[in-house]
Amino acid sequence: MTTFFSAIGLVLLAFFWQVTLSGIARKVVARGQKRMGPPFYQQFLDIFKLWSKGSITHGFIYDFGVIMALGGTIATLIFVPAGNFVVFKGLDNFFVITYLLAIGLLGMAMSASGSGNPWASIGVMRGLTQNLGYELPFLIVVLSLIYDYKTGSISGIAEAQQGMGILGWNLFRMPLGTIVAFVSLLGMLGKKPFDTPIAPAEIASGPLVEYSGKHLGLLMLQHEFAQFIEVGLFVNLFLGGGTVIEFLIKYFFVYILATMIGNVMGRFKIDEVVAFYLKVPLLLAFIQALIIIFTGLGVSVWL
Amino acid sequence: MALNENEKINEIDVNELDCRDTKTFWEKFGNIFRSKSLWMLHYCTGCGAIELPPTMTSRFDMERFGMGPMATPRQADVLLITGYLSVKTLRRVIYTYEQMQTPKYVVGFGSCTLNGGIYYDSYAVISRLDYYIPVDLYIAGCMPRPEAVMNGFRTLLDMINKGEAKGWKRYLKYNDWYKRNQIRALGEVYVKDEFHE
Repeated sequence: MTTFFSAIGLVLLAFFWQVTLSGIARKVVARGQKRMGPPFYQQFLDIFKLWSKGSITHGFIYDFGVIMALGGTIATLIFVPAGNFVVFKGLDNFFVITYLLAIGLLGMAMSASGSGNPWASIGVMRGLTQNLGYELPFLIVVLSLIYDYKTGSISGIAEAQQGMGILGWNLFRMPLGTIVAFVSLLGMLGKKPFDTPIAPAEIASGPLVEYSGKHLGLLMLQHEFAQFIEVGLFVNLFLGGGTVIEFLIKYFFVYILATMIGNVMGRFKIDEVVAFYLKVPLLLAFIQALIIIFTGLGVSVWL
Repeated sequence: MALNENEKINEIDVNELDCRDTKTFWEKFGNIFRSKSLWMLHYCTGCGAIELPPTMTSRFDMERFGMGPMATPRQADVLLITGYLSVKTLRRVIYTYEQMQTPKYVVGFGSCTLNGGIYYDSYAVISRLDYYIPVDLYIAGCMPRPEAVMNGFRTLLDMINKGEAKGWKRYLKYNDWYKRNQIRALGEVYVKDEFHE
Protein backbone atom coordinates (compact mmCIF):
# COMPACT_ATOMS: atom_id res chain seq x y z
CA MET A 1 0.00 0.00 0.00
CA THR A 2 2.88 2.36 0.79
CA THR A 3 4.37 1.45 -2.59
CA PHE A 4 1.10 2.36 -4.28
CA PHE A 5 0.88 5.76 -2.63
CA SER A 6 4.54 6.58 -3.20
CA ALA A 7 4.14 5.64 -6.88
CA ILE A 8 1.18 8.03 -7.14
CA GLY A 9 3.27 10.66 -5.35
CA LEU A 10 6.17 10.24 -7.76
CA VAL A 11 3.89 10.57 -10.79
CA LEU A 12 2.30 13.73 -9.36
CA LEU A 13 5.74 15.15 -8.49
CA ALA A 14 6.94 14.47 -12.03
CA PHE A 15 3.83 16.03 -13.52
CA PHE A 16 3.86 19.27 -11.54
CA TRP A 17 7.63 19.77 -11.57
CA GLN A 18 8.28 18.94 -15.20
CA VAL A 19 5.26 20.80 -16.60
CA THR A 20 6.17 23.89 -14.55
CA LEU A 21 9.74 23.63 -15.82
CA SER A 22 8.53 23.34 -19.42
CA GLY A 23 6.70 26.62 -18.91
CA ILE A 24 9.82 28.21 -17.38
CA ALA A 25 11.85 26.89 -20.31
CA ARG A 26 9.48 28.67 -22.70
CA LYS A 27 10.05 31.83 -20.67
CA VAL A 28 13.83 31.30 -20.89
CA VAL A 29 13.66 30.84 -24.66
CA ALA A 30 11.57 34.01 -24.90
CA ARG A 31 14.05 36.03 -22.82
CA GLY A 32 16.81 34.76 -25.09
CA GLN A 33 14.93 36.31 -27.99
CA LYS A 34 14.24 39.58 -26.08
CA ARG A 35 10.56 38.78 -25.58
CA MET A 36 8.50 38.61 -22.41
CA GLY A 37 7.22 35.13 -23.08
CA PRO A 38 4.13 33.36 -21.75
CA PRO A 39 3.44 32.98 -18.01
CA PHE A 40 5.25 30.09 -16.32
CA TYR A 41 2.05 28.05 -16.02
CA GLN A 42 1.34 28.25 -19.75
CA GLN A 43 2.14 24.56 -20.29
CA PHE A 44 -0.62 23.55 -17.83
CA LEU A 45 -3.09 25.74 -19.72
CA ASP A 46 -2.06 24.16 -23.03
CA ILE A 47 -2.48 20.62 -21.72
CA PHE A 48 -5.84 21.31 -20.07
CA LYS A 49 -7.07 23.14 -23.16
CA LEU A 50 -6.18 20.15 -25.32
CA TRP A 51 -8.15 17.88 -23.01
CA SER A 52 -11.20 20.12 -23.48
CA LYS A 53 -11.05 19.96 -27.29
CA GLY A 54 -12.65 17.51 -29.67
CA SER A 55 -10.59 14.77 -31.24
CA ILE A 56 -10.88 12.28 -34.05
CA THR A 57 -9.62 8.76 -34.41
CA HIS A 58 -7.93 7.01 -37.32
CA GLY A 59 -8.59 3.48 -36.09
CA PHE A 60 -7.90 1.20 -33.18
CA ILE A 61 -4.10 1.15 -33.52
CA TYR A 62 -4.05 4.95 -33.45
CA ASP A 63 -5.95 5.09 -30.12
CA PHE A 64 -4.23 2.12 -28.57
CA GLY A 65 -0.74 3.42 -29.38
CA VAL A 66 -1.40 6.65 -27.47
CA ILE A 67 -2.51 4.73 -24.38
CA MET A 68 0.45 2.36 -24.75
CA ALA A 69 2.91 5.24 -25.00
CA LEU A 70 1.50 7.02 -21.95
CA GLY A 71 1.13 3.83 -19.89
CA GLY A 72 4.58 2.58 -20.81
CA THR A 73 6.14 5.90 -19.88
CA ILE A 74 4.35 6.06 -16.53
CA ALA A 75 5.42 2.47 -15.85
CA THR A 76 9.02 3.49 -16.54
CA LEU A 77 8.69 6.63 -14.47
CA ILE A 78 7.92 4.86 -11.21
CA PHE A 79 11.20 2.95 -11.43
CA VAL A 80 13.24 6.17 -11.57
CA PRO A 81 14.38 7.30 -8.11
CA ALA A 82 13.96 11.00 -7.32
CA GLY A 83 17.04 11.40 -5.17
CA ASN A 84 16.49 9.24 -2.10
CA PHE A 85 12.78 8.80 -2.88
CA VAL A 86 12.71 5.29 -4.36
CA VAL A 87 9.37 3.62 -5.01
CA PHE A 88 10.59 0.06 -5.70
CA LYS A 89 13.61 -0.31 -3.43
CA GLY A 90 16.16 -2.72 -4.92
CA LEU A 91 14.34 -2.89 -8.25
CA ASP A 92 15.39 0.46 -9.72
CA ASN A 93 17.83 -1.20 -12.08
CA PHE A 94 19.22 0.63 -15.10
CA PHE A 95 18.33 -2.23 -17.43
CA VAL A 96 14.68 -2.20 -16.32
CA ILE A 97 14.44 1.47 -17.23
CA THR A 98 16.24 1.02 -20.56
CA TYR A 99 13.88 -1.77 -21.59
CA LEU A 100 10.68 -0.10 -20.37
CA LEU A 101 11.54 3.23 -21.97
CA ALA A 102 11.36 1.59 -25.39
CA ILE A 103 7.65 0.80 -24.85
CA GLY A 104 6.73 4.47 -24.89
CA LEU A 105 8.70 5.10 -28.06
CA LEU A 106 7.30 2.03 -29.82
CA GLY A 107 3.73 2.87 -28.81
CA MET A 108 4.19 6.32 -30.24
CA ALA A 109 5.71 4.89 -33.44
CA MET A 110 2.86 2.38 -33.83
CA SER A 111 0.20 5.00 -33.28
CA ALA A 112 1.77 7.56 -35.61
CA SER A 113 2.13 4.97 -38.38
CA GLY A 114 -1.50 4.01 -37.80
CA SER A 115 -2.58 7.56 -38.60
CA GLY A 116 -1.58 7.00 -42.22
CA ASN A 117 -0.05 10.43 -42.73
CA PRO A 118 3.24 10.32 -44.67
CA TRP A 119 4.77 13.09 -42.51
CA ALA A 120 4.12 10.92 -39.45
CA SER A 121 5.96 7.97 -40.99
CA ILE A 122 8.92 10.19 -41.85
CA GLY A 123 8.94 11.63 -38.32
CA VAL A 124 8.81 8.20 -36.70
CA MET A 125 11.61 6.97 -38.95
CA ARG A 126 13.69 9.97 -37.93
CA GLY A 127 12.90 9.44 -34.24
CA LEU A 128 13.96 5.80 -34.27
CA THR A 129 17.11 6.63 -36.26
CA GLN A 130 18.03 9.31 -33.75
CA ASN A 131 17.38 6.80 -30.96
CA LEU A 132 19.97 4.55 -32.62
CA GLY A 133 22.43 7.45 -32.53
CA TYR A 134 22.21 8.56 -28.89
CA GLU A 135 21.62 5.21 -27.21
CA LEU A 136 25.02 3.77 -28.11
CA PRO A 137 27.38 6.36 -26.52
CA PHE A 138 25.05 6.77 -23.51
CA LEU A 139 24.90 3.01 -22.88
CA ILE A 140 28.68 2.63 -23.17
CA VAL A 141 29.28 5.33 -20.55
CA VAL A 142 26.66 3.92 -18.19
CA LEU A 143 27.87 0.34 -18.66
CA SER A 144 31.41 1.39 -17.74
CA LEU A 145 29.91 3.06 -14.64
CA ILE A 146 28.06 -0.14 -13.79
CA TYR A 147 31.26 -2.15 -14.38
CA ASP A 148 33.17 -0.12 -11.83
CA TYR A 149 30.50 0.42 -9.17
CA LYS A 150 29.57 -3.29 -9.44
CA THR A 151 25.87 -2.41 -9.31
CA GLY A 152 23.16 -1.64 -11.84
CA SER A 153 20.92 0.06 -9.32
CA ILE A 154 20.36 3.76 -10.02
CA SER A 155 19.90 4.69 -6.38
CA GLY A 156 22.95 2.53 -5.52
CA ILE A 157 25.13 4.54 -7.91
CA ALA A 158 23.60 7.79 -6.62
CA GLU A 159 24.36 6.86 -2.99
CA ALA A 160 27.90 5.74 -3.83
CA GLN A 161 28.70 9.28 -4.96
CA GLN A 162 27.59 10.99 -1.79
CA GLY A 163 30.54 10.25 0.50
CA MET A 164 32.80 13.17 -0.36
CA GLY A 165 30.43 16.03 -1.03
CA ILE A 166 30.60 17.73 -4.38
CA LEU A 167 33.89 16.11 -5.45
CA GLY A 168 32.30 12.71 -5.24
CA TRP A 169 29.94 13.35 -8.12
CA ASN A 170 30.63 11.56 -11.34
CA LEU A 171 30.57 14.99 -12.99
CA PHE A 172 34.02 15.63 -11.45
CA ARG A 173 35.22 12.05 -11.37
CA MET A 174 34.59 11.36 -15.04
CA PRO A 175 34.00 14.65 -16.92
CA LEU A 176 34.42 13.02 -20.32
CA GLY A 177 31.61 10.58 -19.67
CA THR A 178 29.40 13.36 -18.32
CA ILE A 179 29.85 15.40 -21.49
CA VAL A 180 28.91 12.37 -23.60
CA ALA A 181 25.86 11.71 -21.45
CA PHE A 182 24.78 15.35 -21.63
CA VAL A 183 25.04 15.39 -25.42
CA SER A 184 22.99 12.19 -25.46
CA LEU A 185 20.52 13.85 -23.08
CA LEU A 186 20.05 16.70 -25.57
CA GLY A 187 19.13 14.10 -28.16
CA MET A 188 16.73 12.32 -25.80
CA LEU A 189 14.96 15.55 -24.86
CA GLY A 190 14.73 16.58 -28.52
CA LYS A 191 16.39 19.92 -27.85
CA LYS A 192 17.48 22.04 -30.74
CA PRO A 193 20.45 20.55 -32.56
CA PHE A 194 18.70 17.19 -32.35
CA ASP A 195 15.04 18.11 -32.83
CA THR A 196 14.94 16.41 -36.22
CA PRO A 197 11.97 14.09 -35.40
CA ILE A 198 9.56 16.95 -34.68
CA ALA A 199 10.85 19.57 -37.10
CA PRO A 200 7.75 21.80 -37.29
CA ALA A 201 8.72 23.82 -40.35
CA GLU A 202 9.98 20.83 -42.31
CA ILE A 203 7.63 17.92 -41.72
CA ALA A 204 4.73 19.63 -39.87
CA SER A 205 5.69 18.38 -36.36
CA GLY A 206 6.42 14.88 -37.61
CA PRO A 207 4.79 12.05 -35.62
CA LEU A 208 2.32 14.49 -34.06
CA VAL A 209 0.93 15.74 -37.35
CA GLU A 210 -2.41 13.90 -37.17
CA TYR A 211 -2.97 14.26 -33.42
CA SER A 212 -5.53 16.66 -32.16
CA GLY A 213 -7.33 17.49 -28.95
CA LYS A 214 -7.31 14.77 -26.34
CA HIS A 215 -4.86 12.51 -28.13
CA LEU A 216 -2.36 15.35 -28.41
CA GLY A 217 -2.91 16.27 -24.76
CA LEU A 218 -2.09 12.72 -23.65
CA LEU A 219 1.00 12.68 -25.85
CA MET A 220 2.19 16.01 -24.44
CA LEU A 221 1.82 14.49 -20.98
CA GLN A 222 3.79 11.45 -22.17
CA HIS A 223 6.52 13.75 -23.46
CA GLU A 224 6.76 15.53 -20.09
CA PHE A 225 7.04 12.22 -18.23
CA ALA A 226 9.68 10.98 -20.67
CA GLN A 227 11.67 14.16 -20.06
CA PHE A 228 11.45 13.59 -16.30
CA ILE A 229 12.84 10.07 -16.75
CA GLU A 230 15.74 11.20 -18.93
CA VAL A 231 16.82 14.21 -16.88
CA GLY A 232 16.23 12.21 -13.67
CA LEU A 233 18.56 9.46 -14.91
CA PHE A 234 21.26 12.01 -15.70
CA VAL A 235 20.96 13.70 -12.30
CA ASN A 236 21.08 10.38 -10.43
CA LEU A 237 23.95 8.90 -12.39
CA PHE A 238 26.24 11.91 -12.77
CA LEU A 239 25.21 14.57 -10.25
CA GLY A 240 24.85 12.35 -7.22
CA GLY A 241 21.09 12.31 -6.58
CA GLY A 242 20.73 13.58 -3.02
CA THR A 243 17.50 14.25 -1.14
CA VAL A 244 14.35 15.06 -3.08
CA ILE A 245 14.93 18.81 -2.74
CA GLU A 246 18.54 18.54 -3.90
CA PHE A 247 17.41 16.31 -6.75
CA LEU A 248 14.84 18.86 -7.92
CA ILE A 249 17.35 21.74 -7.74
CA LYS A 250 19.93 19.81 -9.79
CA TYR A 251 17.16 18.79 -12.18
CA PHE A 252 16.24 22.46 -12.63
CA PHE A 253 19.79 23.47 -13.57
CA VAL A 254 20.32 20.55 -15.97
CA TYR A 255 17.01 21.17 -17.74
CA ILE A 256 17.48 24.92 -18.06
CA LEU A 257 21.06 24.44 -19.31
CA ALA A 258 19.81 22.02 -21.97
CA THR A 259 17.12 24.56 -22.96
CA MET A 260 19.61 27.41 -23.20
CA ILE A 261 22.01 25.35 -25.32
CA GLY A 262 19.13 24.33 -27.54
CA ASN A 263 18.06 27.95 -27.89
CA VAL A 264 21.20 29.04 -29.73
CA MET A 265 21.54 26.05 -32.04
CA GLY A 266 20.38 25.26 -35.53
CA ARG A 267 19.01 21.89 -36.54
CA PHE A 268 20.96 18.88 -37.82
CA LYS A 269 19.76 16.79 -40.71
CA ILE A 270 19.04 13.21 -39.67
CA ASP A 271 22.12 11.75 -41.35
CA GLU A 272 24.23 14.43 -39.64
CA VAL A 273 22.73 13.47 -36.27
CA VAL A 274 23.74 9.82 -36.61
CA ALA A 275 27.13 10.66 -38.10
CA PHE A 276 27.79 13.11 -35.25
CA TYR A 277 26.77 10.69 -32.49
CA LEU A 278 28.73 7.82 -33.97
CA LYS A 279 31.87 9.91 -34.42
CA VAL A 280 32.51 12.31 -31.52
CA PRO A 281 30.47 11.12 -28.50
CA LEU A 282 31.01 7.44 -29.29
CA LEU A 283 34.79 7.96 -29.48
CA LEU A 284 34.79 9.93 -26.21
CA ALA A 285 32.63 7.25 -24.59
CA PHE A 286 35.11 4.53 -25.63
CA ILE A 287 38.04 6.57 -24.28
CA GLN A 288 36.17 7.05 -20.98
CA ALA A 289 35.35 3.34 -20.79
CA LEU A 290 38.97 2.35 -21.49
CA ILE A 291 40.26 4.79 -18.83
CA ILE A 292 37.87 3.33 -16.24
CA ILE A 293 38.58 -0.28 -17.13
CA PHE A 294 42.36 -0.22 -17.51
CA THR A 295 43.55 2.53 -15.17
CA GLY A 296 40.77 2.63 -12.58
CA LEU A 297 40.89 6.43 -12.90
CA GLY A 298 37.55 8.13 -13.11
CA VAL A 299 35.37 6.32 -10.63
CA SER A 300 38.09 5.86 -8.02
CA VAL A 301 40.28 8.86 -8.81
CA TRP A 302 39.68 10.75 -5.57
CA LEU A 303 39.62 7.73 -3.32
CA MET B 1 -17.04 36.66 -57.04
CA ALA B 2 -17.77 33.79 -59.34
CA LEU B 3 -21.51 34.15 -59.18
CA ASN B 4 -24.05 35.03 -61.78
CA GLU B 5 -26.37 37.89 -60.94
CA ASN B 6 -29.47 35.82 -61.52
CA GLU B 7 -28.55 33.10 -59.01
CA LYS B 8 -28.38 35.14 -55.83
CA ILE B 9 -27.08 33.66 -52.64
CA ASN B 10 -29.97 32.40 -50.58
CA GLU B 11 -29.75 34.89 -47.73
CA ILE B 12 -30.64 33.66 -44.27
CA ASP B 13 -29.38 35.62 -41.32
CA VAL B 14 -27.34 32.94 -39.61
CA ASN B 15 -26.27 35.39 -36.93
CA GLU B 16 -29.81 36.15 -35.83
CA LEU B 17 -30.89 32.56 -35.28
CA ASP B 18 -30.26 31.06 -31.91
CA CYS B 19 -27.18 28.94 -31.40
CA ARG B 20 -25.95 30.18 -28.07
CA ASP B 21 -23.46 28.46 -25.86
CA THR B 22 -25.16 26.01 -23.59
CA LYS B 23 -23.20 27.62 -20.74
CA THR B 24 -22.90 24.44 -18.77
CA PHE B 25 -20.25 24.34 -16.09
CA TRP B 26 -17.77 22.39 -18.20
CA GLU B 27 -18.34 24.67 -21.16
CA LYS B 28 -17.46 27.72 -19.06
CA PHE B 29 -14.52 25.90 -17.49
CA GLY B 30 -13.16 24.87 -20.89
CA ASN B 31 -13.61 28.39 -22.24
CA ILE B 32 -11.25 29.74 -19.57
CA PHE B 33 -8.46 27.46 -20.81
CA ARG B 34 -9.31 27.96 -24.48
CA SER B 35 -9.10 31.71 -24.09
CA LYS B 36 -5.63 31.52 -22.52
CA SER B 37 -4.04 29.18 -25.01
CA LEU B 38 -4.80 29.74 -28.65
CA TRP B 39 -2.80 28.03 -31.38
CA MET B 40 -3.08 29.52 -34.81
CA LEU B 41 -2.65 27.84 -38.13
CA HIS B 42 0.23 29.15 -40.17
CA TYR B 43 -1.85 29.27 -43.35
CA CYS B 44 -1.60 32.74 -44.74
CA THR B 45 -3.36 33.71 -47.93
CA GLY B 46 -3.15 37.41 -48.65
CA CYS B 47 -1.03 40.44 -47.84
CA GLY B 48 -2.08 40.65 -44.16
CA ALA B 49 0.26 37.73 -43.54
CA ILE B 50 3.23 40.06 -43.69
CA GLU B 51 2.06 41.71 -40.46
CA LEU B 52 2.19 38.41 -38.56
CA PRO B 53 5.99 38.00 -38.22
CA PRO B 54 6.36 41.32 -36.31
CA THR B 55 3.33 40.36 -34.22
CA MET B 56 4.98 37.07 -33.26
CA THR B 57 8.56 38.26 -32.70
CA SER B 58 10.19 40.37 -30.08
CA ARG B 59 8.48 43.72 -30.54
CA PHE B 60 4.85 42.71 -30.14
CA ASP B 61 5.37 39.18 -28.76
CA MET B 62 2.12 37.33 -29.33
CA GLU B 63 3.26 34.44 -27.10
CA ARG B 64 2.52 36.60 -24.02
CA PHE B 65 -1.12 35.60 -24.45
CA GLY B 66 -0.30 31.95 -25.01
CA MET B 67 -0.74 32.27 -28.76
CA GLY B 68 1.66 30.55 -31.05
CA PRO B 69 1.97 29.17 -34.56
CA MET B 70 1.17 25.52 -35.26
CA ALA B 71 2.29 23.64 -38.32
CA THR B 72 -0.75 21.46 -38.88
CA PRO B 73 -4.52 22.13 -38.93
CA ARG B 74 -5.27 19.21 -36.60
CA GLN B 75 -3.59 20.98 -33.70
CA ALA B 76 -4.73 24.52 -34.45
CA ASP B 77 -7.56 26.48 -32.82
CA VAL B 78 -7.74 29.59 -34.97
CA LEU B 79 -7.60 30.00 -38.74
CA LEU B 80 -6.40 33.35 -40.02
CA ILE B 81 -7.70 34.51 -43.38
CA THR B 82 -5.26 37.29 -44.05
CA GLY B 83 -6.78 39.13 -46.96
CA TYR B 84 -8.24 38.26 -50.35
CA LEU B 85 -9.24 34.69 -51.18
CA SER B 86 -9.24 33.50 -54.75
CA VAL B 87 -11.75 30.81 -55.60
CA LYS B 88 -9.00 28.21 -55.92
CA THR B 89 -7.62 29.08 -52.50
CA LEU B 90 -11.09 29.01 -50.98
CA ARG B 91 -11.36 25.30 -51.68
CA ARG B 92 -8.13 24.67 -49.77
CA VAL B 93 -9.24 26.92 -46.95
CA ILE B 94 -12.45 24.93 -46.59
CA TYR B 95 -10.53 21.63 -46.56
CA THR B 96 -8.23 23.09 -43.91
CA TYR B 97 -11.06 24.47 -41.82
CA GLU B 98 -12.87 21.15 -41.79
CA GLN B 99 -9.75 19.36 -40.60
CA MET B 100 -9.50 21.50 -37.47
CA GLN B 101 -11.02 20.15 -34.26
CA THR B 102 -14.20 21.51 -32.83
CA PRO B 103 -13.65 24.62 -30.75
CA LYS B 104 -12.25 26.45 -33.77
CA TYR B 105 -12.32 30.09 -34.67
CA VAL B 106 -11.83 32.12 -37.83
CA VAL B 107 -10.38 35.63 -37.99
CA GLY B 108 -10.72 37.69 -41.15
CA PHE B 109 -8.13 40.37 -41.85
CA GLY B 110 -8.94 43.60 -43.59
CA SER B 111 -11.62 44.64 -46.01
CA CYS B 112 -11.02 41.87 -48.58
CA THR B 113 -12.62 39.25 -46.37
CA LEU B 114 -15.43 41.63 -45.45
CA ASN B 115 -16.66 42.92 -48.79
CA GLY B 116 -14.06 42.06 -51.39
CA GLY B 117 -12.03 45.23 -50.95
CA ILE B 118 -10.34 46.25 -54.18
CA TYR B 119 -11.22 42.84 -55.66
CA TYR B 120 -14.95 43.51 -55.32
CA ASP B 121 -15.92 42.75 -58.91
CA SER B 122 -13.28 40.19 -59.74
CA TYR B 123 -14.36 36.91 -61.29
CA ALA B 124 -11.60 34.97 -59.54
CA VAL B 125 -11.90 36.30 -55.98
CA ILE B 126 -14.72 35.80 -53.51
CA SER B 127 -16.05 38.99 -52.08
CA ARG B 128 -17.55 37.97 -48.76
CA LEU B 129 -15.96 35.30 -46.61
CA ASP B 130 -18.75 34.51 -44.19
CA TYR B 131 -20.93 33.03 -46.90
CA TYR B 132 -18.49 30.13 -47.00
CA ILE B 133 -17.02 29.65 -43.53
CA PRO B 134 -18.25 31.26 -40.29
CA VAL B 135 -16.08 34.21 -39.29
CA ASP B 136 -15.86 35.08 -35.61
CA LEU B 137 -14.00 38.36 -35.87
CA TYR B 138 -12.95 40.83 -38.54
CA ILE B 139 -9.93 43.06 -38.04
CA ALA B 140 -10.23 46.43 -39.76
CA GLY B 141 -7.45 47.89 -41.87
CA CYS B 142 -5.86 47.38 -45.23
CA MET B 143 -3.74 45.78 -44.06
CA PRO B 144 -4.11 45.90 -40.24
CA ARG B 145 -1.00 47.02 -38.37
CA PRO B 146 0.40 44.71 -35.67
CA GLU B 147 -1.27 46.88 -33.00
CA ALA B 148 -4.63 46.28 -34.65
CA VAL B 149 -3.88 42.56 -34.95
CA MET B 150 -3.01 42.34 -31.25
CA ASN B 151 -6.13 44.30 -30.37
CA GLY B 152 -8.21 41.96 -32.51
CA PHE B 153 -6.71 38.91 -30.86
CA ARG B 154 -7.40 40.32 -27.38
CA THR B 155 -11.02 40.87 -28.43
CA LEU B 156 -11.18 37.31 -29.74
CA LEU B 157 -9.78 35.95 -26.46
CA ASP B 158 -12.42 37.91 -24.52
CA MET B 159 -15.13 36.61 -26.83
CA ILE B 160 -13.94 33.03 -26.32
CA ASN B 161 -13.90 33.50 -22.56
CA LYS B 162 -17.49 34.77 -22.60
CA GLY B 163 -18.59 32.03 -25.02
CA GLU B 164 -19.45 34.50 -27.78
CA ALA B 165 -17.11 33.05 -30.42
CA LYS B 166 -19.49 30.35 -31.59
CA GLY B 167 -18.83 30.25 -35.31
CA TRP B 168 -18.01 26.54 -35.23
CA LYS B 169 -21.46 25.83 -33.77
CA ARG B 170 -23.01 27.90 -36.53
CA TYR B 171 -21.09 25.85 -39.10
CA LEU B 172 -22.48 22.64 -37.61
CA LYS B 173 -26.02 23.92 -37.33
CA TYR B 174 -26.32 25.62 -40.73
CA ASN B 175 -23.96 23.27 -42.53
CA ASP B 176 -26.27 22.78 -45.52
CA TRP B 177 -26.51 26.52 -46.07
CA TYR B 178 -22.71 26.90 -46.02
CA LYS B 179 -22.31 23.84 -48.26
CA ARG B 180 -24.80 25.23 -50.75
CA ASN B 181 -22.91 28.50 -50.97
CA GLN B 182 -19.59 26.70 -51.32
CA ILE B 183 -20.86 24.49 -54.12
CA ARG B 184 -22.35 27.51 -55.88
CA ALA B 185 -19.01 29.30 -55.91
CA LEU B 186 -16.73 26.32 -56.46
CA GLY B 187 -18.73 23.67 -58.21
CA GLU B 188 -18.66 20.10 -57.02
CA VAL B 189 -15.45 18.16 -57.38
CA TYR B 190 -14.82 14.47 -57.18
CA VAL B 191 -11.90 13.97 -54.80
CA LYS B 192 -9.91 10.89 -55.65
CA ASP B 193 -8.69 9.39 -52.37
CA GLU B 194 -5.82 7.11 -53.26
CA PHE B 195 -4.95 6.23 -49.71
CA HIS B 196 -8.23 4.64 -48.71
CA GLU B 197 -8.82 2.65 -51.87
